[in-house]
Amino acid sequence: MSDALATRRSAPVRIVLLGFLALWLIAAAFPFVWTLWGSFKVQSDFFSIQDWTNAIWGVRTEIETGSTFTDDGYRGAWVEEKFGLAVFNTLIVTLCVTAISLTFGTLGGYALSRSSYNYTFWILMTALIFRAMPHITLVSGYLLPFFELNIWGYLSTSIVVLVAINQPFTIWMLRSFFMNIPKDLDESAMVDGCTRFQAFRYVIIPVMWPGVITTGLFSFLLAYNDFAVTTMLLSKENQTMVPKIASFLGSTQQEGNVMFAVAAVVSATAPLFVLVLFFQRQIVSGLTAGAVKG
Amino acid sequence: MKHKTFLWFMLPSALAMLLFIALPIGSVFVQSLHIENEKVLIEVENCVPLGGCTKETVVDIEASARLKAERPLGVYNGFGTYTNRNHLATTEIAQFWRNSDSLGAFAKQVYGLPFYKALSFTLAYTFIVTPLVIILGFCIAVCVNALPRIFKGLAIFFSLLPMMVTPLIGSLILFWMIDSRGVLGKSLQVLMENPDLSLKASPALTWVMLMVYGVWHSAPFAFVVFYAGLQTVPEDTLESAIIDGASRWQRVRYVVIPYLMPLVTFIALIQLMDNFRVFEPVVGFSAEASATSLSWIIYNDLKGEFQLFGSAAATSMLTILGVAILLAPVLIRTWRDFKGAKT
Repeated sequence: MSDALATRRSAPVRIVLLGFLALWLIAAAFPFVWTLWGSFKVQSDFFSIQDWTNAIWGVRTEIETGSTFTDDGYRGAWVEEKFGLAVFNTLIVTLCVTAISLTFGTLGGYALSRSSYNYTFWILMTALIFRAMPHITLVSGYLLPFFELNIWGYLSTSIVVLVAINQPFTIWMLRSFFMNIPKDLDESAMVDGCTRFQAFRYVIIPVMWPGVITTGLFSFLLAYNDFAVTTMLLSKENQTMVPKIASFLGSTQQEGNVMFAVAAVVSATAPLFVLVLFFQRQIVSGLTAGAVKG
Repeated sequence: MKHKTFLWFMLPSALAMLLFIALPIGSVFVQSLHIENEKVLIEVENCVPLGGCTKETVVDIEASARLKAERPLGVYNGFGTYTNRNHLATTEIAQFWRNSDSLGAFAKQVYGLPFYKALSFTLAYTFIVTPLVIILGFCIAVCVNALPRIFKGLAIFFSLLPMMVTPLIGSLILFWMIDSRGVLGKSLQVLMENPDLSLKASPALTWVMLMVYGVWHSAPFAFVVFYAGLQTVPEDTLESAIIDGASRWQRVRYVVIPYLMPLVTFIALIQLMDNFRVFEPVVGFSAEASATSLSWIIYNDLKGEFQLFGSAAATSMLTILGVAILLAPVLIRTWRDFKGAKT
């Protein structure tokens, strides 16, 4: 619908639409703003028994620490609980998963987009079923073999597992991007004497970057947001951020410890904000790639 | 593309999926047919000076460990794990059926069994959250589409946040807010004029809370898909609808919605798959007392000191069966389309 049609809406309808949108935007953004603000308070303010407005003004925070803002939560999480190590592990896992997923996925996705035999359909359907598999059901299959092979607990094991879990989604998405690159392009290269792989390497790769970046974003997010795999397959010293935060919760009853978790949560959410800020267009195009083009 | 070239291109990806998705499913199946080794018990005599001797049965840790090393899978149990009380509970259900006088009482007793409790929440979550996500996503898309161009980017940015955030973290953030000492929990107490109101204590409210989280988390996905779809609604059709005297509502109802119908199928498919594996919110909201999901009971069997591989594997197989049933209509339809497209 164009702006010309949009502006034809009558005033009452506009007000209802805007009011509804305002409500949704508050629901979407307020929890983050609130948690960010609250992470600089002490626990008795963030979870205030007397008056929830304490969390805004930091009444108890001022009494306990002498200032209305405190970085105790962050210090606790980063220094005492060594959250930095978890961040480092997350960095390794997400970068490796993204790189390997994209390498495997572009090859597979390209092949699927250029082949029209029956088995292409079956591979895609199998991938769809695999995509629907709850991750924890697969994890219950990994544990015993991994214990036996003595490869449980390492970052590399989790990386390989996450790459595999990522594959169904990656090949579907990259296939739909490759479908948009005209077949003539690589076919004419092959007429000129290129092999299939040379055509892929020198003709397709240079024009496929938008799709790869978008798919890469989603691979990154999947690895970053994963809880089921990383919490079950990583040993305590190799934990990434999300399982680390979950393990904070186990020992929260002590005063102050909840604030460690709050600070850690804010620290782990910050990179995602930056990601959405810079890659909004790619995220939107990625989410719709499968849908609009069928 | 030639078969051989296709094979080489596909190999890394296919191998990864084969080794780490297909093979584990097989491994889960084998595990589900076994139960843990029984503990080796020995009798020891404890003698204290002047106190006489007492006989005691203790676990022989060494022998148990040896047995475990010998038979890591445990003892073959057939389908015993599937039918025991923690899974399908066939004997219990038959008994309940005979003994309960009304259907309500029967349902209540069945709900008391762990597997059925998890199954009912998982199904309720899947089939309530999915339609709500579609409706809310559509409404947001229509609203954002009506915004002046300069505000659109900002509105999309904020709308995306609930979806991008890590599910566990998102549920924790909401959980802290609805804590009876948190901002939302406290406000609700004032609104309801009930100072003891606690969302965590009531099973019904816990269900509502988890579903509200689910809608909050997934609505942006539906929104983005619908929003992109709205950009491509054919202008001419809308114009002609206006000329034919269609009201605003009629235009939405008879032009826009039919045009977006394929997108609804797509969103529903993705959402059914994602909602069926609901897991992180149960952990984040510490909701296991009132609401457990199939994924959660598998997780619960696997964590802790004594990992119940057999039990977890049986639940996993049943969950995979559930996924298959859920996907069957889609797969059949796609197969028909595929065959139709070929002829």
